[in-house]
Parts: sequence; structure tokens; C-alpha cells
Amino acid sequence: MFKRIDQDNRPRVQILVDGAALEARQGDTVSSALLASGRDVRRATAVSGAPRLPYCMMGVCFDCLVTIDGVGNRQGCLVPVADGMQIEIQKGKREIGR
Amino acid sequence: MHKDYDVAVVGGGLLGSAIAWGLGRLGKTVAVLDEGDIAKRASRANFALVWVQSKGLGMPAYTGWTVRASEGWGRLAAELKDQTGLDVALQQNGGFHLTLGEDEFAQRGQLVTRMHNQVGAADYRMEMLSASAVKKMLPLIGPEVSGGSFCPLDGHVNSLRTFRAFHTGMKLFGVDYLPERPVSAIARDGGEFRLSTPQGEIHAAKVVLAAGNANQTLAPMVGLFAPMEPTRGQIVVTERTVPFLPHPLTTVRQTDEGTVMIGDSREEQLDDRTVNHAVSAVMADRAQRMFPHLARLNVVRAWAGIRVMSRDGFPIYDQSERAPGAFVACCHSGVTLASNHAFDIARMVTAGTLDPDLVGAFSARRFGAATAPGPGTH
Amino acid sequence: MTTSLVTTTPGRDTYDVVVIGAGPAGLAATAMAAGAGLSTLLVDENAGPGGQVWRAIASTPVKAPEQLGADYWAGADLVAEVQASGAEIVHRATVWSLDRQLEIGVSVGGMSSFIKARRVILATGALERPFPIPGWTLPGVMTAGAAQTMLKSSGLVPDGRTVIAGQGPLLWLLAAQILRLGGRIDRILDTTERRNYLAALPHVLDFVTSPYFAKGLAMMREVKARVPVTTGVSELAAAGEGQLASVSYVAGGRRETIPVDLLLLHQGVVPNVNLAMAAGIEHRWDDRQLCWSPLLDADGNTSVAGIAIAGDGAGIGGATVAVARGRIAARAAIEALAPAATAKLAAENVLRTALAQAERGRSFLDVLFRPAPQFRIPSGDTIVCRCEEVSAKDILDAVAIGATGPNQLKAYRRTGMGPCQGRLCGLTVTQLMAQARGKSPQDIGYYRLRAPVKPITLAELAAMPQTEADVKAVVRG
Repeated sequence: MFKRIDQDNRPRVQILVDGAALEARQGDTVSSALLASGRDVRRATAVSGAPRLPYCMMGVCFDCLVTIDGVGNRQGCLVPVADGMQIEIQKGKREIGR
Repeated sequence: MHKDYDVAVVGGGLLGSAIAWGLGRLGKTVAVLDEGDIAKRASRANFALVWVQSKGLGMPAYTGWTVRASEGWGRLAAELKDQTGLDVALQQNGGFHLTLGEDEFAQRGQLVTRMHNQVGAADYRMEMLSASAVKKMLPLIGPEVSGGSFCPLDGHVNSLRTFRAFHTGMKLFGVDYLPERPVSAIARDGGEFRLSTPQGEIHAAKVVLAAGNANQTLAPMVGLFAPMEPTRGQIVVTERTVPFLPHPLTTVRQTDEGTVMIGDSREEQLDDRTVNHAVSAVMADRAQRMFPHLARLNVVRAWAGIRVMSRDGFPIYDQSERAPGAFVACCHSGVTLASNHAFDIARMVTAGTLDPDLVGAFSARRFGAATAPGPGTH
Repeated sequence: MTTSLVTTTPGRDTYDVVVIGAGPAGLAATAMAAGAGLSTLLVDENAGPGGQVWRAIASTPVKAPEQLGADYWAGADLVAEVQASGAEIVHRATVWSLDRQLEIGVSVGGMSSFIKARRVILATGALERPFPIPGWTLPGVMTAGAAQTMLKSSGLVPDGRTVIAGQGPLLWLLAAQILRLGGRIDRILDTTERRNYLAALPHVLDFVTSPYFAKGLAMMREVKARVPVTTGVSELAAAGEGQLASVSYVAGGRRETIPVDLLLLHQGVVPNVNLAMAAGIEHRWDDRQLCWSPLLDADGNTSVAGIAIAGDGAGIGGATVAVARGRIAARAAIEALAPAATAKLAAENVLRTALAQAERGRSFLDVLFRPAPQFRIPSGDTIVCRCEEVSAKDILDAVAIGATGPNQLKAYRRTGMGPCQGRLCGLTVTQLMAQARGKSPQDIGYYRLRAPVKPITLAELAAMPQTEADVKAVVRG
């Protein structure tokens, strides 16, 4: 859906998405990195399990919810990536304690 | 608007809706007069417990009335499901009041003893459980939980869906729900009551006042008495999480939708537009000490609501001597007692007589005597 | 001048002025307030300054100035001004509570604290107007603003088959930026109603003499030279099984369906009212901009003493208007707190003239780009509340059994009770219920909002200070 522009020379950052390595760029938010990856990163809603991707990218719609470093339901569009960050795509309701 | 009704119910919250639904179910023509979108509505602020334990200390009749409601809830849920297709998610597999630390455990134990020793109260098998016994039933409790009381009759329900089911059912029974019609005056003229609203008069043979704390001002219009002492309660609610809590608690419950509701304060201040964060903090802190896993969940909303509470904390059901056919009904536990309201009170209003065996003790005449006992718990 | 301090958490618990939001209005207000010597805290949810308009201005990988345009880079001066103003700046800070006592609940890095202000300037800006068409929840459907955020902050541009649908200046700006950066746009579906052109005529003189005019025309020409544009689009719908696959629409009396990977929607922006409303600030329905706007005096003061609103949160005006409003609000705060310091500031009438100039042309845009009822008031199975997955039909059913307004609707259907707290459904709910009940949106009203206006963890809430009396209000046998 998206590609990176050629002139982007920001430093590389390595994150893990459901255990698989993904190269992002410093300054990416988690949601940007996921959308740039081209992988299937759809979450499933807590209400019906419907598939969703980020919609607003500015912190208001909560369709970018994702588990970051073991903490569920974070707004991926507001969290910058960091080296070694572990991302899990959420399917349905958040598990308690995660 | 000029239309004659068998009964006009003033108040469209859970209590008024339950009675109106029950009256519609008995074939009566009914109008429900309600306020609008912004109103003090306990029916959308409540904690949704169908709760028995600790009810009725100081008034054994209230214990019996509550146990009866608990037993009637299954039938109510089934009838609502049949009629409207809505599952109100009734769960009655027992509920807890958990204690933190030894002092609270001892204090709760004393309450349980006092309840058991009360003469004339129905036996509802409330018992104290040690922390290890609690842990067998609620595996995720934290180390600070010292135990708690358990009552097998306790349960909970989806109260918003119950509200919707009543309103859907009322429509199917032909009940006229008339919102944005706060009642400003009630007059008795010959054999009927005339209720004044901003959108005209409503005429009805009988009237049931079910307007919560507003009953205090409405009741004297028809020779009734409803002394109220409302308090504010706060609730915080988390995002949806996978099921982890198999039984409801007095202060923590997981809804069928997955959210976790955390209650509940009792405050004197009666502004329901804001929340007191410090009080929320106490509630949140206690909840995470009971279930440490809750700490990382996000709180998505918080709200305050005004409890419907009579001066002594117990329900009021009365019929006017001066204006027979005028009834008043108010209680704190509109969810727990919904089955009684839908079945018993509706039947009594239809018959024109409140059954003294069931609700005689709840007449407001009790306030005429010496000062009533202290507030009932919950 | 003192250098500003960018910190990870507020350094003290009381400030003269707290500015919430680091977009054009917030930056302008901060620069002036701190520059006048007031202790000033600027808190913002994002990783860097700029808000949405100047998003990632300090970090964007898009370096060639002409690609994002002069209006974008205009923000750099203001950012520099703020950095030299002596203000304290905290990014990635979420304000979740603001009350009448001017106490502000701020969450930073999973920890909350309360800050007290003598004056609060809310500059929480705007968000995209809901665009509830069939299929708008499908993966692959996003707002135009979302694409622009990714473009500015991460240099990401659409790659697959891409359609942009809707109307308004931002849509053309985004299209131009995508094309300049080598991104792909297959088609633009313009939903502007033809009758709006006639309605906007009385405002046209104002517009052609405003800076919008020349810039807007040039940008549309640039885009139209490279992308087919379909005008008069109605009955827009997205479809696909678990993923966007096609977009269909009616234009010129014919229904068209085109395969697509990405659909970007835009029909203007509306004030972000959640924090302001939760603070108890009075709002009114604005029938021209079709949204809720706060009641403000000429200085931006709200109905709550001590709180002013500047920027698009005060009513949509765009970046230049936001800067002007930010300065006016800051000047009023300085006048109240340190009157002597106003001597060195721009005179009040100068600021007001700047605002009037910046506002020129706005009424033309409001009327021309007034969204059609069909794109604001959905029907049938179209989702209205994305969080709780409630459809237009569900809401009409609730009206039929007695729901009079958004708050009773919550009781029946849970609309607005999810994590977004009505931001994506509130306007739709109000307008849908107004239409169904034959009332005005003002009569129908809005959700009653309360803190926390953004989620915080239970542990954060639990760590808030509590007194003996608070404990007593909760603990009982």
C-alpha cells in the first residue's frame, strides 16, 4: 500500500513483528513501520473480530491498537519505534496482564 | 395530547420501565413519562449487580424481598429474551465481597454474623471464606486479599441491555414511551389523574411515581411521602479484556462484553458532571490489589451517578390514602429488584392494592415514627 | 532570550501558563507567553512539535523544500522561536484531564501527575470529519490526513492502486505532495455538490483576494494534469472481504466500480472538542461548519474562567488563523498575569488585524466544501460507531424505542463508549438523530464527556494522591 521515498536516509531501526525481524527507520511510529512493511498486519477488533488497520494516524481512532513490548492496546500511531522493540498484532480482546 | 391510559408511569429508568413493561404484559394501556437526554439517570450509571448478600440489615423484610427478586430474575431474563430476542447476560453463580488485610476481614465477618443473627430474615447462605478458599474460585487474586464473603445467590446482568430490552418490550406491548415530558404537576379530577408536562396533559386512571430521587417532590402532589437522601457514586471502566473473572464482586465485575467495571464510592457531593480523581484512585488501587493483573489495563471511561436512596436506604412502595390509585416506588437497587417490579409491583398496581405480606414493610409511614435505623449496606 | 527546555516530564507542579498542543496555535501562544517571562509549559502528544499541519517539521525525511511546500516550512520559524523562548516543552505527553480548577492530568511514559496552571490555552486542533460510507472500516481505507502524516513524518507514499475521495483544500494539497514524491494516485473522486458553487458565489470576492485563491488554483492545476478527476460523485462505497478491494460511486448518472488497494477519504476537519467539553466548556452547534464550536470571547476565553481556546479547536480556520488566535490568547494571558510585560508585545489591534486577514476567504471554503448530507448522515448497515461497531440502522432502531439524544443512545447501543470516546462517531450520531427526530443538532446535543479523555492505565490512576476522606468514600464493610 505504501512505499518509502528514495531520499529517506534516516538511520535503520530493527524491530520484531510477531517474532519476525522488520527494518524500520528512526522517527517512524510503530503504525507507520507496520504499514510500510507490506505484511499482513491487520488486527481483529475486540467487539466482533473484524479486521482493521490504522485509520487516522493521529491518535484519535484507536484502530492502530497493538501490543508493544508485552503491553496490549497501545496506540501504535503515537509510539516511535526503537531498536529491538517487540510488536504483536492483536487478534480480539486484550489478554489480562498483557 | 389527550389520551386516556389505565396507568401513567412517571419515570422511564429501570424501575419505571420494569413496572411499565409488567403492566403492558398484563394488557394495560400505559404511558411512561420521562425526561430527556440529560437527566440524572441511575439506570445508565449503575453497577449492574443482581445482589443479595448484606441486603436488609435493620429490615428483615428487605432481605426477603431481595431474595425473591433474585429468584425471579431467571424468569424475567427468559421472558425478555423470548419477547425481544435480547440476551441480558444474567449470571447468577454467586458473588464475592473481597477484603484487603485482616481488619477488613474481621469487620466483614462481624457483618455476616449480624446478618445471620437477624430474626425473621430469609437464609441466603452468605458465608466468610478464607483467602485460600477464595483463591480456588478466583485464581487471579493478589496476596493482599485476606478473604471475603460469598453468597451463592448473587449475580450480575448487562444492565444497559436490560434497559434496552424493557424499552423494546414496552413498545411491543403497546406502551407509549413519552420522553422529554418531565411532570410538573399532578391533579386528581374525578376518577382520573391529570399529569402536566411541557407537551400537554396526560390523563390516566392510575399513576405510578418511579422518578427516582425526584419522587420526593412528586409524591406530595398525590398525598404520598418519599423522603430521599441521594449520594453520588463513581465507576471507572477498563477496555475489553479476555474473560478472567468468573464471579462478580461488590466492587469489581467483568461484563459479558469484556470490560471491567470498578466501583464504587459514596460521596455527599451531588454533581454528576465531573469525577473526583482521588476517589477513582482509591477504587483503582483497591481493584489492582485484589487483582494485580488489572494494573496494566487501560481505563477508558469514568463517570459519576446519583444514587436513588431513601432516607433510611430501604425501598419505598406506597399507595396514597388521599388519592387511591396513586403509587410511589423508589429504591436503590433497580437492577436487583427489576423482576419484582416487573411481576409483583405491576400485578399489585393492576389490582389496586399493594400486597402487605410482600411490601407492607416498605410504606413511607415508617418515617413518620421514630428516626429510622442507619442506611442499609449497598 | 533563554533556551527552552525539552524535558521528559514536567519540572514543576505549577505554571503561569500551560499550553496544550504544539501545533500552530500552541507554538504561537507558547512563544509569546514564555517570551514575556511567564513560566510556560507546552505539552503535546506527538514526538515533536508541529501538530498536524507542520507534522514532523523537525525530523521529516522529506528535505527538498518545494515538495512539502512553503506553507509547511513556514512553521520552522515558529518552532525556532519557541525553542528560544524559555518555555518548558514535554512531548509524548497525554493530557487526560482538565477541570474548572485548572488542574491538568498529564500522562508521560506511563506515569501521571497533576499540574496546576494560572491560565490554560487549549490548542488541541482539529481532527478529520467522520466520513461514514459503506465499508469505511475496511483495512485499506484511511483518512487523507493519515496519508499526509505518514508522508511528512516517514516519507511514505501510496504505492498500490490508490483513490482519493472527498473534497476540500487538504485533499488537493495531499494529492500534490504525493505526486511530487513519486507516489501513485489512480483517481480523485470529487464529492463537492454542484449547488455549492452557486451558494459560495456571494463569498467569492473575499476568496479571490485571499492567499488561498492563487495557491489553491495552482495546486489543482498541478494535480489535474496528472490524475483523472471525477466530479459530482455521489453514493460512494468501499467494498471487500476483510480488506478493501473496490470503490464504487455514481457520477454523471452512471455507477462505476473500480478495483483499488488504498482509499483515502477527506471531507474537511472539525474541532477536537473532547478535552474542552470534559472541562465543562460550553459549545454550540455551528451550522456553517457543521460541527461543535466553543463559545468564546474575542480573546478566545471560554465559559470556564482561566481557559482559552486557540487554533482549529476554536472553529476551523487553518494554520495562519491558528497562529493569530494563539497570539491573541497568549497576549490576553500576559495582560492578566503580568500586565507590565505587554508593553513589549505587538499591539492588540495589530494582532486582530492579522487574524482578520487570515480569516479572509474561509467563508467561501466553508460554503463550497460543505459536505453533502449523504456523506454526513449514513443509512442502513453503514457503521457509525467504529469502536462499538454500531450501524446507522441500529441507531434509528434506538430512536424508535425512545432514544432522544446521544446519551440515551449510549444506554441503548453503547455508541461512543469505546476507546475513541465518540471522536469518530459523535458528529454523525448528533446529525443522524437530529434528522430522524426532526430537530436541530443543537437540540439533540452531544455526548457528555468526562475525564479520562484518553485512556490511562489502572495503575496510573491508582497512583494518584488520595486522602483519608477519599478512602472513606470507597471502603465500607
